[in-house]
Amino acid sequence: MFLDELLQAFFNFVHPALRRIRPKPPNGRPPRAAKGVRSLEWKRKDLLGLEGLSAEEIHLILDTAESCKQIYEREIKKFPTLRGRTVVNLFYEPSTRTRTSFELAGKWMGADVINVSSSTSSVAKGESLRDTARTLEALGADVVVIRHSAAGAAHQLASEVRAAVINAGDGAHEHPTQGLLDLYTIRERKGRFAGLRVTIVGDILHSRVARSNIWGLRTLGAEVTVVGPPTLVPREITQLGVRATHDLEEALAGADVVNILRIQLERQKKGLFPSLREYARLYGITAEKLESAGEDVLIMHPGPANLGVEVSEEVARDPRSAISGQVQNGVAVRMALLYLLTGGRAQDAVLG
Amino acid sequence: METGKLREKIQIMDAEAMRRALTRIAHEIIERNKGVEKVCLVGIRTRGVPLANRLAERIREIEGTSLPVGSLDITLYRDDLTTIAHQPVVHKTEVGFSVTGARIVLVDDVIFTGRTTRAALDALIDLGRPQTIQLAVLIDRGHRELPIRPDYVGKNVPTSQREVVSVRLGETDGVDEVILNELL
Repeated sequence: MFLDELLQAFFNFVHPALRRIRPKPPNGRPPRAAKGVRSLEWKRKDLLGLEGLSAEEIHLILDTAESCKQIYEREIKKFPTLRGRTVVNLFYEPSTRTRTSFELAGKWMGADVINVSSSTSSVAKGESLRDTARTLEALGADVVVIRHSAAGAAHQLASEVRAAVINAGDGAHEHPTQGLLDLYTIRERKGRFAGLRVTIVGDILHSRVARSNIWGLRTLGAEVTVVGPPTLVPREITQLGVRATHDLEEALAGADVVNILRIQLERQKKGLFPSLREYARLYGITAEKLESAGEDVLIMHPGPANLGVEVSEEVARDPRSAISGQVQNGVAVRMALLYLLTGGRAQDAVLG
Repeated sequence: METGKLREKIQIMDAEAMRRALTRIAHEIIERNKGVEKVCLVGIRTRGVPLANRLAERIREIEGTSLPVGSLDITLYRDDLTTIAHQPVVHKTEVGFSVTGARIVLVDDVIFTGRTTRAALDALIDLGRPQTIQLAVLIDRGHRELPIRPDYVGKNVPTSQREVVSVRLGETDGVDEVILNELL
């Protein structure tokens, strides 16, 4: 009975958006099918999710990010690439690292970056998403980065504006830039995806990070296991091609990568698990529980971590943990996306 | 980089001619810099990089000194990103030495409008403050749009705007030659 209600809630939360998106991906023409070689051109207007991106497109983003990451080795962290372009960060939900890393990425690429947050803007006066979008368009935004609590918000915005739209998290649906930086981190540390065993631990039900990771990892050929308390692992998740379990020990055995999700205290309806202490005891990742995983297991966490709840401090500081490296990779991935989404349009030019 | 179909017109340079041109440029670099102290070679991706490596090899044969060689990707510094049809792929810049105080020789295959060189100068200066920057190219085909002039030239080739110069190198294309093509 209780479970049925939960499933219903999950469907209402995530599914309407998915159903609307699935038949016709609104983000532009599908890419040219690559014959053995990587397709080297980005064709989409927006980045709304990892669902539907091809392996070639994902690798193009990651390759570009690898070049962009070199900026960390430089004394002068500035490229002139996006000079004269305007990037608007439109955040209807709080965020530190996503917003600041978009801001840094934009500024390091030479763009002007404006931050709009719901509490200090006309949103607080009740302006609708559509009207806000029109205003941003009229102001001359080239890229709009949006975070919203409603699944599908980025898709709606993308159909309203000419500017490129980047989804920075929509409800419990997708968080593609986090997914991409996780993929980048895995590729950087493991060098491959095919056959890689990735375990995602925690609140799968509310996690847009989990969903973006699953779509990306499945496209690239990794094997994904999700694990968490029965109330936080919806049965439908297996339709995305992943294995679901409630047994942490089994899920960690032989894992190459463990991605630990944050317990989203702000999204937590009461009663999904008895207490944080019990969650920590059963599903919190400690050094002891990690012993059954591969010796060179890669530990990731999208942050901000609740230390002592979903991950112990010891594990977070472990050399096998990529948690601080993930933040740098996040800036690189976002620089790559800003470059790709503002790219060439007209017809002629020969450079020599 | 070019769009549209090309018709091959004439071979401007064969492998032998290319070898001789690079040997001459190597001598000129040594002469102009009165030796090779502080000289570093930086190839502009893609074909400037193998050319820079070849020049370093020639200079090592002549002077017995191995010069540092780097590669520069100028994609993020281009001024035409909004107007070109195909968005270029961003590659890595690999300059494993400090450019500050160095005598940098930029190496590219063809100089045409000068805009690549302009972008390369910006990219290089963002890495530090070289003592001097010189420019070596295999082919100068004219039609400059900026006040930029190469210091070392393999061959001057007068061209029309409808022509395209293709440099092919063993390392990237399997053969050493320079071809003049016509845009159809």
